[in-house]
Amino acid sequence: MLKMTHLSKAYRTEVVETFALRDFSIHVREGEFVAVTGPSGSGKTTFLTIAGLLEEFSGGEYQLDGANVRGLNDNQRSKLRNEKIGFIFQAFNLIADLNVQDNIDVPLRYRGFNGAERRRRIQEALGRVGLSARSRHYPAELSGGQQQRVAIARALAGSPRLLLADEPTGNLDTQMARGVMDLLEELHRDGATIVMVTHDPELAVRAQREVHIVDGQVVDMAPQPRLVEAAQAGS
Amino acid sequence: MFSYYLNLALRSLKRNVVLTMLMIAAIGVGIGASMTTLTIFRAMAADPIPNKSRQLFAVQIDNWGPSKSGVQTPDDKLQQQVSYTDAMGLMNAHAALRQTVMYSTGFALSPPNPNLRPFQVPARATYMDFFPMFEVPFRFGTPWTREDDEGRAPVAVISRELNDKVFGGANSVGKTLNLDKHDYRVVGVLDRWQPVPKFYDLNNNQYGEIEQAFIPFTRAIENQMTTWGNNNCSRDAVAPGWEGHLHSECVWFQFWAELPTAADAERYRYVLNNYAAEQQRLGRFHWAAHTRLRDVREWLADQHVVTDEARILVLVSFSFLLVCLLNAMGLMLAKIMGRAGDIGVRRALGANRRAIFGQCLIEAGVIGFAGGLVGLALTAAGLLGLRALLSEQTTRLTHLGFWEVGITVGTAVIATTLAGLYPTWRAAHIQPAWQLKAQ
Ligand SMILES: Nc1ncnc2c1ncn2[C@@H]1O[C@H](COP(=O)(O)OP(=O)(O)OP(=O)(O)O)[C@@H](O)[C@H]1O
Ligand SMILES: [Mg+2]
Repeated sequence: MLKMTHLSKAYRTEVVETFALRDFSIHVREGEFVAVTGPSGSGKTTFLTIAGLLEEFSGGEYQLDGANVRGLNDNQRSKLRNEKIGFIFQAFNLIADLNVQDNIDVPLRYRGFNGAERRRRIQEALGRVGLSARSRHYPAELSGGQQQRVAIARALAGSPRLLLADEPTGNLDTQMARGVMDLLEELHRDGATIVMVTHDPELAVRAQREVHIVDGQVVDMAPQPRLVEAAQAGS
Repeated sequence: MFSYYLNLALRSLKRNVVLTMLMIAAIGVGIGASMTTLTIFRAMAADPIPNKSRQLFAVQIDNWGPSKSGVQTPDDKLQQQVSYTDAMGLMNAHAALRQTVMYSTGFALSPPNPNLRPFQVPARATYMDFFPMFEVPFRFGTPWTREDDEGRAPVAVISRELNDKVFGGANSVGKTLNLDKHDYRVVGVLDRWQPVPKFYDLNNNQYGEIEQAFIPFTRAIENQMTTWGNNNCSRDAVAPGWEGHLHSECVWFQFWAELPTAADAERYRYVLNNYAAEQQRLGRFHWAAHTRLRDVREWLADQHVVTDEARILVLVSFSFLLVCLLNAMGLMLAKIMGRAGDIGVRRALGANRRAIFGQCLIEAGVIGFAGGLVGLALTAAGLLGLRALLSEQTTRLTHLGFWEVGITVGTAVIATTLAGLYPTWRAAHIQPAWQLKAQ
């Protein structure tokens, strides 16, 4: 699904060149739920933005769903992003001017679906996150947990192959975080491929596999069934 | 996608009403100022008789000679008007399809109703060719005849306004008017007619009303009616009395010829030069033939009907519009940068640069449209204000027509969209990745 090999990403300022990612290799298979952890500044978000085609990379290879994305132009990248990727942000990033259904409508508009198809998908996505009754509410009228559910509905509505989430529970209290996490697990069970960045070890263990990044490099890519078992044993 | 973008634009504009109002006001004021001056400028520069402006020619003959010792210099401008001698010489040459000499005069009109007091009426003494030449519309009756011209007949064509005033708007053909204690028979009543500018005689009041009565030139001369217009004399001595003045080198007549084709005009130039050369041979002119034949447009340009002040004013007001647009551009930029988050999110959700570009540009267009409407209101107000401020003579210039409305709104939309290009370009290049990192 997502395969990066020896990928590097350098940020250049006038004085220094910092490598946010160095010799970075990762392989996320179709249907996997991967948690990405690591200290602050280690390159987790950078990895996600490159995976989501929001940024270009400096060196190495990146294959998304079997296609090499190096050298694609803005149009092609936007189209891939629109069709294959769903983003979930820590700060929800709903558009304040638009009500719930219009927020979910955004990626569908760019996709070029007709009105009936868009309505169907909006209803389905809202049903999925349990917010059908709130379709005409504005983001400011919803709780943080509800906002994040809307964001998830928006990410889902276009039926993407890959969900990328950057600390989706970072701005939520434990109760709401658990709800969002349950929803992600449910989506995963239904077949979604999910890559989730998190600081929270408790959430990380609920993923199938944890990838630890330190200083722009994957430290240990081995599956860690032992941890999962330990967590399950502990609960 | 257009209706979607339009919808987004309206929402976005509603979101920050103060900023939106500021942008609309900036554009409205700039458009209002520039369109007010442009409207006046356009009226000044308009062709007063579009379908004939290339066929009607003003005639100029130098009967004064060069100002400095026999040498023609570029500063020696030809007199605007011609002398009686030259006018008659050309009339008798009969070298044009139609031609007329004329001058501005007037008289005291004693109304048939004895209760009304006599009043002054500006008039034009001319030949019957005047009416078909300048396509003057008639409401009642016709021009007078060639026989009337030759026979110095006491006939008159009157304006619609004068007919309304004296005859209550009824068909007055055949009725008698007492002008300067002479009776004139009304042969025609004009319909509304107002060339802007009054190109056939630019001497007095170029944007003023047309004359209220027209009488045969021959009659006016016989009655020794003096000019109400400009009368310029050379340094040559003028003999006393009416005859002396008439046959002096003073210029106070306008001379126009209708020459339908370029060949006609060429032939007429030739005749004109021959005439001047003949005058030199006869010893009246001590200089080589110096004449001009200018069609209406050339005539207006030569007479500086559009003043340099008007041109500069238009330039200044458009610079002001530019400043207003730069202002609006700054506000748009601020607005778009304030919305960088939303734009980043849209990019992350699959909008390509073109989509963001389209969305922001339509928003700029909407602001431009609203600014155009405000500008239109300000233009109307500005023209009204000018009408109150300027003399009555210029009110003809402050007319806001269909075209002016279209140009005003169109300019606002196009200019604002252009001003929106840079902010929009910036918007399209917002890095969507910042969105994920700025948490
Ligand atoms: N646009 C940028 N320009 C310059 N340097 C950057 C840029 N974005 C990230 N970096 C640098 O790259 C490194 C990795 O940043 P990144 O945001 O990926 O870290 P992170 O693992 O997501 O951290 P956190 O857990 O705090 O969110 C950091 O050293 C950061 O300073
Ligand atoms: Mg981060």
